[in-house]
Amino acid sequence: MHREETQTVLPAARPRGRALRIGIGGPVGGGKTALVAALCRALSTELSVVVVTNDIYTTEDADFLRRNGVLADERIRAVRTGCCPHTAIRDDITANLDEVEELERLHDPDLVLVESGGDNLTATFSYGLIDRQIFVVDVAGGDKVPRKGGPGVTRSDLLVINKIDLAELVGADLDVMRNDSAAQRGDRPTVLISLRAEHGVAPVLDWVRRSLTAHRA
Amino acid sequence: MTALAVLLLADSRLPNGGHAHSGGVETTVAAGFLSTVDDLELFLRGRLCTTAPVLAGFAAVACLLDDDADWRRWDRALSARIPSAALRTASRLQGGALLRTVAGMWPVPAGLRQLGRPHQPLVLGAATSAGGGSALDAAGLAVHHLLGGACSAAIRLLGLDPLAVAAVQAAVGGPGAEIARQAVLAAEIAVTSDDPSALAAVSAPLTELLAAEHAQQEVTLFAS
Ligand SMILES: Nc1nc2c(ncn2[C@@H]2O[C@H](COP(=O)(O)OP(=O)(O)OP(=O)(O)O)[C@@H](O)[C@H]2O)c(=O)[nH]1
Ligand SMILES: [Mg+2]
Repeated sequence: MHREETQTVLPAARPRGRALRIGIGGPVGGGKTALVAALCRALSTELSVVVVTNDIYTTEDADFLRRNGVLADERIRAVRTGCCPHTAIRDDITANLDEVEELERLHDPDLVLVESGGDNLTATFSYGLIDRQIFVVDVAGGDKVPRKGGPGVTRSDLLVINKIDLAELVGADLDVMRNDSAAQRGDRPTVLISLRAEHGVAPVLDWVRRSLTAHRA
Repeated sequence: MTALAVLLLADSRLPNGGHAHSGGVETTVAAGFLSTVDDLELFLRGRLCTTAPVLAGFAAVACLLDDDADWRRWDRALSARIPSAALRTASRLQGGALLRTVAGMWPVPAGLRQLGRPHQPLVLGAATSAGGGSALDAAGLAVHHLLGGACSAAIRLLGLDPLAVAAVQAAVGGPGAEIARQAVLAAEIAVTSDDPSALAAVSAPLTELLAAEHAQQEVTLFAS
């Protein structure tokens, strides 16, 4: 209690090591944490992976990842966002930068995943924090979401339309979602997946691997 | 140019780490002591009597100090005035965040940067000086952020009328400015005599205790 708190010396300039930083954003409940877990499960045997979460339940996501045995606790950090999840990933990235750099210093990772708190269609990451970003929406939110656009849908480096296993149940037309996404995004890729399905994460995994290769080149 | 630099430091759009801190409002709300605009005004007036002179004094000192001053000593003197580890950490997190930003804007004293995460008022004062502002500007900024951070958190947590909160913030601005003026006088003595003991050393026990409890909570929206 009365010890003097640590005064970690910050690096003079922002380190751009070999770690690839990927931001994962999107509305509440779309499957961001499920995606982080699936990526960690698939990659953490071959790569060093660390995760920063911005969930309001500070240890909820960390607990989930630990319970599922996908990542050791010390590789997961939580950032509090003061009721404004988008501010922490876009306008004032300082708290997230602190945690990312601390994890990079401790674990020298290949891959850093930053999960945004669930927000709305306009919440995207600043490229001061991450190198690439994935925007996750789900079919249960309605097949009109890609048509609505917004920076997450139009400008993210990968758009993930998750929970296609639910499409029939909620009456979502996947072709409409696919076509609207293509119209909004031009050359930027979109994948339609179900994280419930075995190997459902495969298309995202391919994209992450390609991104890693490009980042290292 | 100077006026714009000071306004820049006052602007919550500047990445300064402040948006994630409630200045004690979240834990005070959780304890049941704050739920209306009137409560908020009392809370702010309490902050003005306790934390404000300390933060304003150190911000003013940092604005007056030479670049090659013993920054660590002043940093420790502020630590000694913040009993709870939780609030010292909150101050350092925001100091580190602001330093990250202002180090890219203006030249910042090396001795301050070497501290890694100095207390926030020191960074604020040094940045004010670097931007061409005065010790009174620095002290005023410290008071402004103390009040503004609490007001914005109260709006987000309680759904208070933001116009009514703005009126409250304006009403306590008068006493706040007076505290800044007094803090500058104390800071001038402290710097001239090279002695931090000239600076205010008041704190609010309840604030410190609630902050320590906040740091233990499982679910909090703000970091402090
Ligand atoms: N049916 C179905 N459910 C899924 C799928 N992916 C995730 N879920 C479920 O959807 C719910 C929300 O998933 P999360 O991964 O927590 O979503 P999130 O985007 O991290 O949510 P927040 O962080 O709260 O914004 C959980 O119950 C998941 O099990 C999927 O492909 N199909
Ligand atoms: Mg999540």
